[in-house]
Amino acid sequence: MAESLAPDLDLTPLQPILERFAPQGRAALLPALHEAQALYGYLAEPIAAAVGRALGVPLADVHGVIDFYALFYREPVGRTVVRVCTDPACWMRGADEVLAAACRTAGVEVGGTSADGAYTIERSPCLGLCNVGPSVNVTFNDPAPAQVRSFAHVSAETLADVLAGRGRAPDDYVGGDLCIVTALCGRGRRMTLTEYHAVGGMQAVRRILGSRMPPLEVVDLVNRATLLGRGGAAFPTAIKWEGAARAPGGPKYFVINADESEPGTFKDRVLMEGDPCRILEGAILGAYAIGANQAYFYIRGEYPAALERVQAAIAECRAAGYLGQNVLGSGFDLDIEVRAGAGAYICGEETALFESIEGKRGFPRVKPPFPATHGLFGRPTAINNVETLAKIPYIVNHGWESFKHFGTDRSTGPKLFCVSGDVARPGLYEVPFGVTIRHMLDDLAGGVIGGGLRAILFGGASGAFATEQHLDVKLSFEDLRAAGLPLGSGVVMVFNDTRDMREVLRRLGRFFAHESCGKCYPCQLGTQRQAEVLTRLADGRPLTGDRARLQDVGWTMTEASLCGLGQTAASAVLSALRLWPELFPA
Amino acid sequence: MSTDVTLTLDGRAVTVPAGTTLLQAARQAGLEVPTICYHAHCTANGLCRMCVVEVEGARLLQPACIVAAGEGMKVQTRSPRVERSRRTLVELLNSAVDLSEAPEVQAQLTEYGADRERFPEAERRAPPVIDDNPMFVRDYAKCILCWRCVQVCADDAQYTFALSFDGRGYETQIGTFFDKPMPETTCVFCGQCVGVCPTNALKPKREWLLQQGQTPDEIMALTRSERRRRRR
Repeated sequence: MAESLAPDLDLTPLQPILERFAPQGRAALLPALHEAQALYGYLAEPIAAAVGRALGVPLADVHGVIDFYALFYREPVGRTVVRVCTDPACWMRGADEVLAAACRTAGVEVGGTSADGAYTIERSPCLGLCNVGPSVNVTFNDPAPAQVRSFAHVSAETLADVLAGRGRAPDDYVGGDLCIVTALCGRGRRMTLTEYHAVGGMQAVRRILGSRMPPLEVVDLVNRATLLGRGGAAFPTAIKWEGAARAPGGPKYFVINADESEPGTFKDRVLMEGDPCRILEGAILGAYAIGANQAYFYIRGEYPAALERVQAAIAECRAAGYLGQNVLGSGFDLDIEVRAGAGAYICGEETALFESIEGKRGFPRVKPPFPATHGLFGRPTAINNVETLAKIPYIVNHGWESFKHFGTDRSTGPKLFCVSGDVARPGLYEVPFGVTIRHMLDDLAGGVIGGGLRAILFGGASGAFATEQHLDVKLSFEDLRAAGLPLGSGVVMVFNDTRDMREVLRRLGRFFAHESCGKCYPCQLGTQRQAEVLTRLADGRPLTGDRARLQDVGWTMTEASLCGLGQTAASAVLSALRLWPELFPA
Repeated sequence: MSTDVTLTLDGRAVTVPAGTTLLQAARQAGLEVPTICYHAHCTANGLCRMCVVEVEGARLLQPACIVAAGEGMKVQTRSPRVERSRRTLVELLNSAVDLSEAPEVQAQLTEYGADRERFPEAERRAPPVIDDNPMFVRDYAKCILCWRCVQVCADDAQYTFALSFDGRGYETQIGTFFDKPMPETTCVFCGQCVGVCPTNALKPKREWLLQQGQTPDEIMALTRSERRRRRR
């Protein structure tokens, strides 16, 4: 352990943090652990105990929470903690070489800490930088408090720069046929509230709150637009809002789900980094519609720039009177608190996310009851994805008819697609629903590079593979569903015909085995067994019966798991089994 | 104000009070629905999914221990889908955990025609036995993560909060704060965790010592000397 980190565990610097968080009790557990770890580098026993006592959380539970989240450490780590994404998109761009170089530099195996305490090297699940990979997320513990940063376009050669904090920031290409929610994105910096004002931003909030439009009329507007959630499940936003608005009891909560972690997905990151005010405007309208005075903006911990920029945007909105007491003189109060995740894909599941805000392990809850009546802290809650909320201002400003003008009958409005892998221009593309996959691939992303088209992964790790035969399928919920493809969070990950799909599947299998929360048996056990079989296949040493093993395990996870993670953990694998049975010896 | 609902279980009409779970309804009707994690005195969490049944109109299999009976519901407790899921589940469990002292799961392995060698080369969970207190040992190689011990230690019974979880996913294990020996935790040695453990992962110390081949006299001598040491 390095001398500079937690040498004598002087708890004095921790006290102001504990005093600040103590009134919130257990709900402040994750923020308190984050700040404590930033000071000390890791959560040693006396620190964990002090946090638990200050917040009134049983020590065993503090331990359980620390151990659940990948970004919390209870053992000493290096002064620089390096997390290299090796999931499919980054792997295609050479992430394995970056990881190997990091291990060489530190003189350790993956997961190890160098003897001099300089480095800890880890393999990371998808960092949401699939368009600009290989990507690396680094925690600089020295000097304290620690700083987290993400780097793009990392190579073995440029790794030294990254470790010195001089790596490249993401330079997202933003394109498409439309620029409605992405109008201010992809410019390499955050657009301020003033800049958002300049393009008509916050007019929707002014109109609705200024006229004190009855909240249910706001819900009705969204209902008429038939806005479907953009997080992956495509649930009608208005139904969530109406349920929470009509639910008895309070206080009510509004939650912004920015725990974007689906491999291949980076749309919410680009929105938050470029134009956070638009998301906040949608959130203010949503909170007003359901009657919530407190909102939480839950951003995954691996998104340092998004965390910082959303905070900055909230501060601007507060100063301008869009947040706080009596918003714009309407009598409506609203505050938004940013919460940082701590390395757990499962917390993108809405009820697991609630548990996380409540200071618990991110176990998904049994549903029903649903969030509309029993959500955060057991209260009526609406929870929406970032992209979903970014659509709301347009619907209010231009009317639901105008919104429905884009897209198909059943998939309305603009949609963001995250294109990565073997294409000429990986990036974020905004299109109306209903354009073909071919249009997305050839006209927008510049076509497949490095070979012919082998496959397209739709919907991310929990999605399914498409091939050349699907190129003329339209990108809408209903057309994709008819073709057996999930739209999910809008992932379009392209593989050329030089790619070994077994290697892709190994990485998907490893992802789910790493991210299963362990609550229900099918997923806890099935993701592990699935990963083992996929590893054997990729290593070229399959066992007789492995195809049937994957089918039975995959089927059981799909049919019997408790939450969406387990129910989709075999989705891509089962689609590969259908498309390329020859890859799986019987 | 309790009302009754009538549902169909395996083709048979059954009437139960509203709020009755499918598991309770099935058992009242004399139908066997297997469970692993379920315990009548613990909060049902729907973890093991062994009790899944097929509910007409539901996309996925439903855990009978949680889902409430609804008016007109049509339920199959042992359809081919249910059978396939249960068989695979116990095969998965058997590939991960030492079930040698879990007679109920052993019976289920037989009942559902499970292949006990279904997953060759599987990484098993086999941590060493923890023998850190005079009352019971913790052999987590036998733990199936039913959560009963954690729940009775917390708000299902004792409000002691000595137990929690290490890790997550397949790596999950029941543990204490920073792996402390049980006497250094908030444990009051009430024994309820041992009582609800279905697989003998938690075992009274005396039973364990007998299994290790110690005689009752040796065990008595051992515990006496422990007591004497402490008095000094």
